[in-house]
This record gives sequence, structure tokens and C-alpha cells, in this order.
Amino acid sequence: MTKPIIRIDKVSKKFCRSMRRSLYYGLLDMGSELIGRERNYLNLRKDEFWAVKDISFEVQPGETVGLIGHNGAGKTSLLRMLGGLILPDTGKININGRVQALIALGAGFNPVLTGRENIYINASLMGFSKKEINKRFDEIVSFSGLSEFLDMPVQSYSSGMVVRLGFSVAAFLEPDVLLIDEVLSVGDLAFRTKCQVRIQELKNKGVSIIIVSHNLHTISHLCPRSIALEKGKVIYDGDTESAIDIYRLSLLKTYEQYNDFIRGGTGEITIQELEILNENEEKQTIFDVGDKVKIRLYYHTNTLVKNPVFNVVIHILNSHQVTGIRTDVDGIPTGDFEGDGYVDIEFQKFNLLPNAYTFDAVIFHSDGYTFYDRKNNANHLVVRGGNEINGIAYLDHSWKIN
Amino acid sequence: MRKVRVVKKQAMEYTIISGSEKSTPKLFKLLSSILRDLFLSRELAWRLFIRDISAQYRQSLLGVFWAFFPPIITSVIFILLQSRNIISTSTINLPYPAYVLIGTTLWQIFADSVNAPLKATINAKPYIVKIFFPREALIFSAFLSVMFNVVIRMIIIIGVLIFYKIQIQWGILLAPFGIFVLVLLGIVIGILITPIGMLYSDVSTSLPIVLQLLFFATPVVYTLPEKFPFSLISIINPVSPILIATRNLITVGYIDNLLHVTIVLILTIVVFFFSLLLYRISLPILIEKLGT
Repeated sequence: MTKPIIRIDKVSKKFCRSMRRSLYYGLLDMGSELIGRERNYLNLRKDEFWAVKDISFEVQPGETVGLIGHNGAGKTSLLRMLGGLILPDTGKININGRVQALIALGAGFNPVLTGRENIYINASLMGFSKKEINKRFDEIVSFSGLSEFLDMPVQSYSSGMVVRLGFSVAAFLEPDVLLIDEVLSVGDLAFRTKCQVRIQELKNKGVSIIIVSHNLHTISHLCPRSIALEKGKVIYDGDTESAIDIYRLSLLKTYEQYNDFIRGGTGEITIQELEILNENEEKQTIFDVGDKVKIRLYYHTNTLVKNPVFNVVIHILNSHQVTGIRTDVDGIPTGDFEGDGYVDIEFQKFNLLPNAYTFDAVIFHSDGYTFYDRKNNANHLVVRGGNEINGIAYLDHSWKIN
Repeated sequence: MRKVRVVKKQAMEYTIISGSEKSTPKLFKLLSSILRDLFLSRELAWRLFIRDISAQYRQSLLGVFWAFFPPIITSVIFILLQSRNIISTSTINLPYPAYVLIGTTLWQIFADSVNAPLKATINAKPYIVKIFFPREALIFSAFLSVMFNVVIRMIIIIGVLIFYKIQIQWGILLAPFGIFVLVLLGIVIGILITPIGMLYSDVSTSLPIVLQLLFFATPVVYTLPEKFPFSLISIINPVSPILIATRNLITVGYIDNLLHVTIVLILTIVVFFFSLLLYRISLPILIEKLGT
């Protein structure tokens, strides 16, 4: 195997929650750096926490790696350390090549100056000489599609145009390592496609790329390998499909705490639990597309309840509703309830595409409006697999080719 | 001590070494890497300087007028005060307006130099937190901006020399060196306050007040008190000897405080290296604290 282009060895970084204290620590740190005293790297001071903790991995030349994790998992801090902006508190980072970060699009742009002048300023800040910029100037301009606005001051550009110019400059200066942080979603659809194509070109040229994105579709499209982070630690490093599954599970875990956020109702009948079962009636969280899924709702009644309406709503995690299933809509009479028991919903084929799904459960009065009880995020499941197909559902279908 | 080692083959090829491993601080190595970066960043510094100047003048109607205006207005005030005998100037052997105009121009150059590093770093905040580039370029471009104003302000001094028919001597050829030392002294002080100034706004708020006080502790518009204990002010104040010497070089062509000038010069150079070290060490910490 060739020599890795990036080697990250037990890197940790701490941050401070309180602004006032953070500034004060900054002052102390500068002081102790200056007199060469050993700083207290390993221990946390008051209000400090590990934003990145003991992270190690290597990236080979030409590899494209995705970094996934929820907000505050340490992705951006890690990227900033790789970019040389901040220093790790412990550990080592070795990079054998020229690094460029696609984090700050249009950094150093002066609004009063023209697009042409700003291209030179921006590229110089990225460490390129006048000669190198001259060589690529035309490419940059034609990629941005802004040639007719080139001699206008940047302040008269629309915000989309500024970002386009910034991206074009960054994308045409070829580094050995490219760091990308959530910038693939700039501009209109046509420009986004152009950006993706450009990234693919850089990949083919052997540039190593690290991508941070919340768009898992982008990640699974561009990166064969991904690293999932949780609370500053690596929880998975390997193929992107599994990394995404694990990330989704970790998302669900943090989501569970909101379980009882909205609870309430008249209370004659209450939801005890919502179980998710596989075809063998065993509890299961991870499924494949098209598996048989059974949802079992346990109830408890305090008194005789007549014709309640059972309702289960499926959401994509943190996102929109997929569907809602109701006994009254389906025309199922429920009858009288007393004591404890359960209701089953069976999906012969759970044809939702890989993602994390949460379930809300509600029991309505027979009017279908007032509710006895509701439980948001009563349970969840993950459909395993990468996101080769961007979308929600797999529709059963067949091909006929003539 | 942890350090960033910048291994340069191309402009941004680097390795970061860090952490708690106990390597002895190789001060000299770090310093030489800083000086090399300062040199390598000259093209970037030039571009940043051109950017700042063109943006400044493109958005200004009166342009270079603003370089002349502050020293002239200060001079006018003191010339008026002096004409009412509020200021005693018996020991000055120059026309008072000439003395004041040259003095305030030199002072303004110094004050600009003190302000420049903090101003440049604060203005660069939006992108220093996002792009890695040799940070020394900011100091370099701040220096270029100050020198640009120096060149413009030379017009005031030349105008004064012609208007008051002051006999110039060969010694005036050393005056640019005096001005350079004045700028260097100002910039060194400016760099020293930058790290704290980036963390706390108190610094930039109090800077004009401190400079105003220093103005009156420096023989800009009057001569130095020679009686103890007030004479101490001029001994402690590092600006005085350089400003006096430069003014003397311009007007009479010689200096009579060589020892004092030499001491300040040596101190300035030593502290200059120290300030660069401070700047290099503190910026990553500042960026971390300032966030994105």
C-alpha cells in the first residue's frame, strides 16, 4: 500500500461552553505557550468539553472519504484542524501535500472591487501565485458563467453569484487534498450539477477529498468510504452504507429523549408501548427494503371504551411524514375495549427506501378527532442500505423491454 | 510546547505536529520559519495591500486628502494656542508652525503604525477563521499601507521645508531611516496588543485614549520638560527619542541623542522578533476562540 496522504493520530480538541471563560482560557493558553510552559492539555477545565476525542484514521492518495454525524459531533472541528486553522490539543496530524478547503467560498472578497480583482485576491489567499492564477483564469471565469459581470463590483452581484464565483476559484486550483464542508448545495440546480461533475473530475485526477455533508445522498454518491462521528468520537469507519446505517441509529438514540414531549389526552385508554417486530414476531430495529414489518400497539384501559380509532403515523427522521394509517379511514370497526391488550398492523412489504423512520401512535375517540392518548416517537426503525436511489419509496414494479 | 511546522515545498504544503509530547521548544527554528513565511508571503501581502488601497480610494471622494487632514488640523489647533502664548516654546529654534507640522506628521505616522496590525487582523477576521495562509502576510500588508501613507505625508514635510525656507543638511538623507524606525516601533507595539485586542474589545476602545495621552507625553507640539521628575517621562517613553531624532535630521541635519536612539532601536528589533512569535503562537488560539 502507498504512503497515506493524511495521517491523523489520536487527535483531540476541547472547546469551552462559556464565552467569557473561553476568552479567558485563550489568554491563559497564549501566556503559557509563550513562556513555553507545558499546557494542561489532557484535563478539562471548568465548562470545557471534548469536541473531538482520540480520533485516528488515514486517508490514501486519491481516496474520497465522507464524514457524517449530527450537529456537534466534531466534523467541522476536525476539518478545521485538517485545514490548519486550529491546532489539536493532543495528537498529530500529518499531511503530505497541498491542502485546500472548500469551506470559505469567496473568502477575502472585497465588495467594492470587481469580480476579476477578487478572483486574484481569493486565489492568492489560497496560496496560489499570480502565474498559477493567470494560467487558470479563463477556466475559472467560464466555469462560473459570470464573464459578463467580471468588471462589476462584487457588491452588485446576487448572493448566488458571489458563491458561484467563490466555488469556481476554489474548484480550479488543484490541491492534493480537498476539504469540502456543506458547500455542494450552493447555487441553482444546474450549477450544483456542474459542481458535482467537477468534484468527480478532481477525484479522477487523484485528488484526495474529505466531504462533510448532511446530505447522505451526496455522500453515498461520492464516497466509497465514510467515517461516522458521535460526540467527538469515531463510531464507524468503513463502507459508506454501513456508516450511514450506524449514523441513523445514533441519530435515533438522541431522538429518543423527546419521547414524551407531547403526551396527553382524555386518558380512558392509554398507549403502553409500540413494538416493532419482524416476521418471526421478534423485536427488531434494522430492516432491509421490502422486509415484512409488524407493529404492535399495547393499550391499557381504565374503563369501557367504545369504538376508539387507532392511528400510527410514520415519519422520516427529522423530516416529513411518509404516511398515516387509521382504522377509521381503512373502515375497520374496532368495537369495545376493556383491560389490557394489543393491536397489530402488518406490512407485508415495508417498501420504504433506506433511511431512519419514527412512529407516532394515537388513539382517538370514535369521533376521530378528540384523542384518548398520543405518543410521539413511540418507536423507530432503520431501513438498511445506501442511498443509490434518492427518494422515499420503492414501488413494486416489473420491466418489459421490447 | 506544541508548534506548527510549516514545511514548504509549495506555498501551502505543510505538516502539523502538535499535542502533549514533550519536545523542547526550538525557538530559533520557529523564528526562522516565521521569517521565511514573512518573506514567502510578500506577493500575498502586496495583493492584500493593493486590495485595501483600491477599495479605500474607490469608495472615497476626497481620497488622499484624509492622509493630510489629521496632522494639519492638529497643527492648526496648536499654532492657534501658541499664538495666544498658551504654550511656551522659547527653546524651539524653528518657526513654531514648522515645528508642529513636522512633529504631528511624524506622530501621525507612529499612531497609524500602532493601529495597523490590530486593524488589519480584525478586518481579516471573516477569512482568517476559514482559510489557512501565512498570517504574517497581514502584518506585512499593514506595514505596506502605513508606508503608503508615509509617502503621501512626505508632501507635508517637503511643503513645510520649502515654505519656511529651512536650510536642509546632508543629515536629512538619514531621515527616511528614522521614519522607518518610527514605523517599526509603532508596528511592534501594535502586534503586541493584537492578541488581547482580538479577544477583548476593550483594547480597541481604549487605544485612541492611550495614544492621545502618549501624544502629550511626547515632544510633538512642545519641547521636553528638562526638570526632574517630568524629565523621566521622556526617558521612559520610547517614541520621544526617535521622533526628536527624526525631526532633527529633517530640520538641522544631526542628532544629539544617539545613545538613547540606539537603545530604543535595539529594543525595538528584539521585541519585533518576539512580537512575531507571539502573533504566530496566538493566532490559532484566537481563531479557535473567535469561532467561524
